[in-house]
Amino acid sequence: MGRAVGANVRRKDGDAKVTGAARYIDDLTFPGMLFGATIRSTIPRGEIVNTHHDLSSDFVVADYRDIPGNNYIALIDPDQPCLSEGEIRHVAEPVLLVAHADRRALFGVERRVRFDYREQSPNYDPETSDTCFKKISIDKGDLDQGFGEAEVVVEGEYRTGHQEQLYIETNGVIAVPGDGQLTVFGSLQCPYYVHKALVGVTGLAPHRVRVVQTETGGGFGGKEEYPSMLACHAAVLAMKAGRPVKMIYDRVEDLLATTKRHPSVIRHRTGVTRAGRITAMDVSVLMDGGAYATLSAVVLSRGVIHAAGPYRCDHLRIRGRAMQTHTPPNGAFRGFGAPQTQFGVEAHIDRIAETLGLDPVRLREINALRPGDTTATGQKLGSDASALPVLREAVKRSDFKKKRRAWRGTNRGIGLSLFFHGSGFTGAGEVKLASKASLELTATGARILVASTEIGQGTRTMLAQIVADALALPFEAIEVHVPDTDAVPDSGPTVASRTCMIVGKLLERCARELRRKLGTATPAQYFKAHGPLTVTRQYEPPAGQVWDDDRYAGDAYGSYAWGCNVVEIEVDPVTFEVTPRHVTAVAEIGKAIHPLMAEGQIQGGTAQGIGYALLEEVVMREGRMANAQLTNYLIPTPMDAPSIDVAMLERPYAHGPFGAKGVGEMPIDGPAPAVINALRHCGFDLRSIPATPERLMKARA
Amino acid sequence: MIVTINGKKRRLDVPPMARLLDVLREDCGLTGTKEGCGEGECGACTVLVDGVAVDSCLVPAAHVDGCKVVTVEGAAAAKRSARALQNAFVEHGGAQCGICTPGMIVAACTLKAGCSRDEIKRALAGNLCRCTGYISIFNSVEAALPPARKGPPSRLALRRANARARRR
Repeated sequence: MGRAVGANVRRKDGDAKVTGAARYIDDLTFPGMLFGATIRSTIPRGEIVNTHHDLSSDFVVADYRDIPGNNYIALIDPDQPCLSEGEIRHVAEPVLLVAHADRRALFGVERRVRFDYREQSPNYDPETSDTCFKKISIDKGDLDQGFGEAEVVVEGEYRTGHQEQLYIETNGVIAVPGDGQLTVFGSLQCPYYVHKALVGVTGLAPHRVRVVQTETGGGFGGKEEYPSMLACHAAVLAMKAGRPVKMIYDRVEDLLATTKRHPSVIRHRTGVTRAGRITAMDVSVLMDGGAYATLSAVVLSRGVIHAAGPYRCDHLRIRGRAMQTHTPPNGAFRGFGAPQTQFGVEAHIDRIAETLGLDPVRLREINALRPGDTTATGQKLGSDASALPVLREAVKRSDFKKKRRAWRGTNRGIGLSLFFHGSGFTGAGEVKLASKASLELTATGARILVASTEIGQGTRTMLAQIVADALALPFEAIEVHVPDTDAVPDSGPTVASRTCMIVGKLLERCARELRRKLGTATPAQYFKAHGPLTVTRQYEPPAGQVWDDDRYAGDAYGSYAWGCNVVEIEVDPVTFEVTPRHVTAVAEIGKAIHPLMAEGQIQGGTAQGIGYALLEEVVMREGRMANAQLTNYLIPTPMDAPSIDVAMLERPYAHGPFGAKGVGEMPIDGPAPAVINALRHCGFDLRSIPATPERLMKARA
Repeated sequence: MIVTINGKKRRLDVPPMARLLDVLREDCGLTGTKEGCGEGECGACTVLVDGVAVDSCLVPAAHVDGCKVVTVEGAAAAKRSARALQNAFVEHGGAQCGICTPGMIVAACTLKAGCSRDEIKRALAGNLCRCTGYISIFNSVEAALPPARKGPPSRLALRRANARARRR
């Protein structure tokens, strides 16, 4: 067979989305529904000693005492309260919840509540913070020996700022209470994360809590953890009021209160020979976690594992720390730590090339990881390790060397980055998750039962393609159940570039088993003769995949996708505005299940990466985002976006569905360092992003 | 006030300063029009008022008294190009998460067949998308609005087609 995989079939959610028929969370209403709002602290650190408000009895008001269960949002560490019990750790700390039948009655409601505080002095510098959320060390070989072999040592410090996911649909949920039960509908990535948090906060038995994903207008990691908080808030109000409660953030609140990409400081000390062979790498990674632990430990983990870049080095040391500061918690964003650390290493590699007087392509060719090499954690790479092929393809397609020579000394620049991205949860993560996927026979085909969500990336379509071909049925015969915790097994969160490679593979196994059971019968024939049939499969690691969490060594990921970006820019010599003209994005992803959608992931991720590099700056003043609106937090518009030439290479991964690896996150790893390297080509020694005109002017001066 | 919405005349009893966006979504049940920022930056709430694309979050209801309003739900009936645009957004990857899509399609309805990529960019300049990087959106619009096939293609169209082929 093989008719759907590799073909640009019509995406399952397409028609509803283009006609306005698709129903997002704010498009739903329930009888008797109230609207909820959150009253937050206004200081970054301290204690609330008194609360005053003049809200009339037509408002439902809830505080931490109304929480039926535990007052924390279950994720990794139980440190973040659902509602403050007095302690304030950041300016957007939720303290009170209010609900009203008239949405307009909530306008300006926060001005009717006043808190008396006992203030404490906040700390915004992760470097001087005395609270560490997580420390990670990676050691390989003998660092002294490595530096002993070096002829040149290059050092550097690189900094990245916050970045907002900026999904166009803001966070929103509706909680519907019932007879000892609770259902939450929402815009979210991970139904079972929300379920776990709700069970803790409501005190209800797991089977009494149901979470249903509604059509979701973008996530990019921003709806991995925060919907758990919002769902718990709506649940507390709904259970107190005994009525459904809808909570939709406006853009300002979404920007002020929800998670962003961790700012980072990356330091490198690298030993190289004059010929360009890297002999030692000493890397430190510092991440600003914000006020609560949230996902900082795992963001740091992915960050440090990618911190040495896609390069061979026998002697290395990587030290990572995620520290507490008094800003709203930082969290998941596409790339999850890897964009920060690969920005550092890729900007550093160009500085090494400059120091040695070597061509940056040549330096990368000498050191790029090849099949059979080992990564920083000692993982031996398989035949699908593609650093060199993507590098060579990008250099050729973009005419890099010729442009590099021709543009030197002009206001045009061209820069390059080489990067990789592990697919799936880190280390033993997938084993611990133990995800399950099910496939249910229908009278006309099969229905996919997974908690993996469609958030725009094409989950429904891509999974149905895999199942169709593995089951030897037409694509149209495959249905996809709505992610609803009452109906689908926990296939894990929709994060970490894992949905295709991990969940897709589980479904492929389900489909092959279902096909074996059907024999030569059609679904209709089997259904008529034997009745319903469901096949479930649980994750099993590929044989030989080993991870040692204590030493942080071993097979960090099942596989890696590989990428190379070439960015061409033009700098206005008067205003220092940088215009990205063209990007060449080469990606090796195992197999493009749906080439058009895979290309869409690469184009979209690349554009976000360009925004990260040039435009997107979260200005923090006294711990509060000062530019919390789209007027001055700028993302690329149709006028800013460069043309992007995408090339996809396919080197199949033996344990991926039809050879596929992950594609979702990797595209955002490469653009920022390629932009900085293009700026270096233009004569700007900049080591931090975003490369705003102000920073460029200072770098020139 | 009386407004023609998607070809149907409606008498609306709403506060004059109510946002057109809320009137459409809450009073008329037309939830296809989305809110992304509420301050006229993202274009998710774009509708046509007398043929002009506007951000309905910035328009007070009183402004549309006596006007013709077209939303994504009524676009196909009102504009010949809309159906082709809707199909092209599915076929060429212009819609991913879909939240900006209604606004994009309505804004693109103001374009004429055979428009250039620059014209497309300008028409969509006020519409933000975070998923696609815009390229597949431009491709979708181009596919839906090809130059009219009368006589041989113009030199400009040929040049564009050649440039496109070279880029591939």
